[in-house]
Amino acid sequence: MSQKYALIGLVALAAVAGAAKADPVDDTLVINDEIEMITVAPAPDHLKDVFDVVRSGWLYRETETRDMQRDDFENPAMLHVEAAAAVWSTPEGTEGKSCASCHNDPESMAGVRPTMPKVNPNNGELWALEQYVNACRTERMGAEAWKWDSQDMRDMTALISSVSRGLPMNVAIDGPAAPFWEKGKEIYYTRYGQLELSCANCHEDNNGRYIRADHLSQGQTNGFPVYRFRTTNLVSMHNRFKGCIRDTRGEPFEIGSPEFVALELYVASRGQGLSVEGPAVRQ
Amino acid sequence: MAENVKPRVRVPKTAKAGEAVVIKTLISHPMESGQRKDKDGNLIPRQIINRFTCEFEGEMVLDATLEPAISTNPYVEFEAKVPASGSFKFTWYDDDGSVYETTEAITVS
Repeated sequence: MSQKYALIGLVALAAVAGAAKADPVDDTLVINDEIEMITVAPAPDHLKDVFDVVRSGWLYRETETRDMQRDDFENPAMLHVEAAAAVWSTPEGTEGKSCASCHNDPESMAGVRPTMPKVNPNNGELWALEQYVNACRTERMGAEAWKWDSQDMRDMTALISSVSRGLPMNVAIDGPAAPFWEKGKEIYYTRYGQLELSCANCHEDNNGRYIRADHLSQGQTNGFPVYRFRTTNLVSMHNRFKGCIRDTRGEPFEIGSPEFVALELYVASRGQGLSVEGPAVRQ
Repeated sequence: MAENVKPRVRVPKTAKAGEAVVIKTLISHPMESGQRKDKDGNLIPRQIINRFTCEFEGEMVLDATLEPAISTNPYVEFEAKVPASGSFKFTWYDDDGSVYETTEAITVS
């Protein structure tokens, strides 16, 4: 008798496990009928024992969400890109310069986003895109630095990212970047918070499954800054990192901290070869 | 007048006679509902786009009443039959009396 009940229990468990498993979709992303995106790429060498292929978070989202990203007219993030394009050519600060004074059109930034974060040769530190933007503002324009997670900064990084859409992620992880990459990797595999969860527990071990109502992706960064329905605004990568660690009931690192920049490099390296999608549309 | 209000539309450049084309419109607008309070507890006055129209060569194609529950940057997508070459005229009416207009030509081949 007890054996029979155990069997029923096992069948029920299998059914639940089956329902919780939902693979990413097989779909192709072409933006504006023009920019072909790589949403599946062979895993980089350092990740070969974990994944065969790496997948964009776009493949884990609902049909309607995916469609919204196909057309810039429907992508709400493009309003922010437009706002940043106006700021791009507006002089600010004591030098009377705008971004355009040195860099001409925003299109000249094509190829920048895939290589971020990158070691700054002037000081040997690993810098994210936000830091390079602020260096321009404070050193060349004589303007005030923007806060890392300010609207202005998120809009500007979205603009700079948007002109690299379609280009594959290609961050340097060797040479001077190697120690930062190692540090980022250590953070990725460290369990944080009362729930004792590392990045890997969700995004490596359980991607494709549901965590409550949320379809876990591989946690790629190629879509950042992303437009999230949850906040109806752009969300920076560090804000997302912070949210993840907070959800483990841990004490997150500061937005803009060297720890998060190192993590940004390591996570970016897990998505080498995926097209830059930023600003992507996510749930 | 609300800040940074900018209408945008997407109409195909060409169509066949009598074909239904997809028209996408969006106006950047805060759509302040009139339900929210500021940090001192005072009601923030309502300011929304309350009406949106689309005309083709003087003929009304769509006349919509927009309500306070419609979110920021209202997006309206619809289909319209195009009998001949001409222009679509799009008009948004703001609570403060401002009227925002834009036109887009389409050629029937």
